Amino acid sequence: MDEILTGVVVDETGLTLAEFACACGADATWVLELVAEEVLHPAGGGPEGWCFGGRELTRARRFQRLQRDLGANLDAAAVIVELLDEIDRLKGRLRRAGLE
Amino acid sequence: MEFKDYYQIMGVAREASQDEIKRAYRQLARKYHPDVSKEPDAEARFKEVGESYEVLKDPEKRAAYDQLGSNWKQGQDFRPPPDWNAGFEFSGGFGGGGAADFSDFFSSLFGGAARQRGSGGYKARGEDHHAKILIDLEDAFSGATRAIALRAPQIDPQGRMAVASRTLNVSIPKGIRAGQHIRLAGQGTPGMGGEAAGDLYLEVDFKPHSLYRVDGRDLYLDLPLAPWEAALGATVTTPTPGGNVQVKVPPDAQAGRKLRLKGRGIPGDTPGDLYLVLQVVLPGADSERAREIYLTMARELAFNPRRTLGV
Repeated sequence: MDEILTGVVVDETGLTLAEFACACGADATWVLELVAEEVLHPAGGGPEGWCFGGRELTRARRFQRLQRDLGANLDAAAVIVELLDEIDRLKGRLRRAGLE
Repeated sequence: MEFKDYYQIMGVAREASQDEIKRAYRQLARKYHPDVSKEPDAEARFKEVGESYEVLKDPEKRAAYDQLGSNWKQGQDFRPPPDWNAGFEFSGGFGGGGAADFSDFFSSLFGGAARQRGSGGYKARGEDHHAKILIDLEDAFSGATRAIALRAPQIDPQGRMAVASRTLNVSIPKGIRAGQHIRLAGQGTPGMGGEAAGDLYLEVDFKPHSLYRVDGRDLYLDLPLAPWEAALGATVTTPTPGGNVQVKVPPDAQAGRKLRLKGRGIPGDTPGDLYLVLQVVLPGADSERAREIYLTMARELAFNPRRTLGV
């Protein structure tokens, strides 16, 4: 209880393909498909050098919940994830303007 | 622990068909899905619905659950009868990652499934866990240590799955921003057969602040000015998260104009900025002297605030 845990910030260290798949509780094939479909945009060239940040983690987990909980197919889930991102951006602007 | 009436949670009759249960789940899942729902308790409701569906969609689990009888009421204190599920075999085990969020009630009934999975020299790295944490904006400025209470399923030494509460003291790194993830190595599910434990990912969000609005690294603060400060320019004191500072307001500053204090936002390699959004606040005409001053202005200033409206 008295031990203080120190973590790393995902955006600073990045996640490899294997780490990212693990964090999503999925296998690498699922991640490769989402990158091929341009749902995820990791930095770096080629699966070996890919580096995933926190934003990708949030997007992938949203995508996964939509597939798992609502049975959304890949295209529908991809559109919903884009719309949710857009809503986040708009809410950010409202917040900045002090309207929310 | 509390009894969970899965039929009541799903809003279906005990004799509902599998199709009706599926339809009810889809409707409730759309209503309470945490990614899209506006309901205040969406996340908790969604977990309940998910757990109910996990049992009712599976004919084996549903039959076992039905064996408990229909006399139990939602929320009633419950202990599972000994060997209540003898003779049932759960082929599916836990469904997906969602099982991590299920209740004590669920774990006490169906938790035995983990035991089979954990035996027989099975080796696997533990699963990664995720949780959201709310911190104060001030924590991101100076760094802090925060006690974070989490509930997570754990496998006890007998191999049974149980929901355990634990508190972690987590160091919040200086400069963390909303939406970022802190990764704590080895704080997920313990591994099996000598494999490594999973990691815990904490997604950070800020509690609403009484003064500052946050946008990524940048902060926004409404700075009230008296009319003469705005008109003539002035040096005024403003709070910043790092302490009070003096700022120079230029003459003829209109309401809504932003003054940028560079580097006074959330710290980091590229620190954010603090934007002061100017507001002009009018003193009330609540004394003879104040009325006199307003009347003098009305008389002597050729000022039409509606000029841009063409009137």
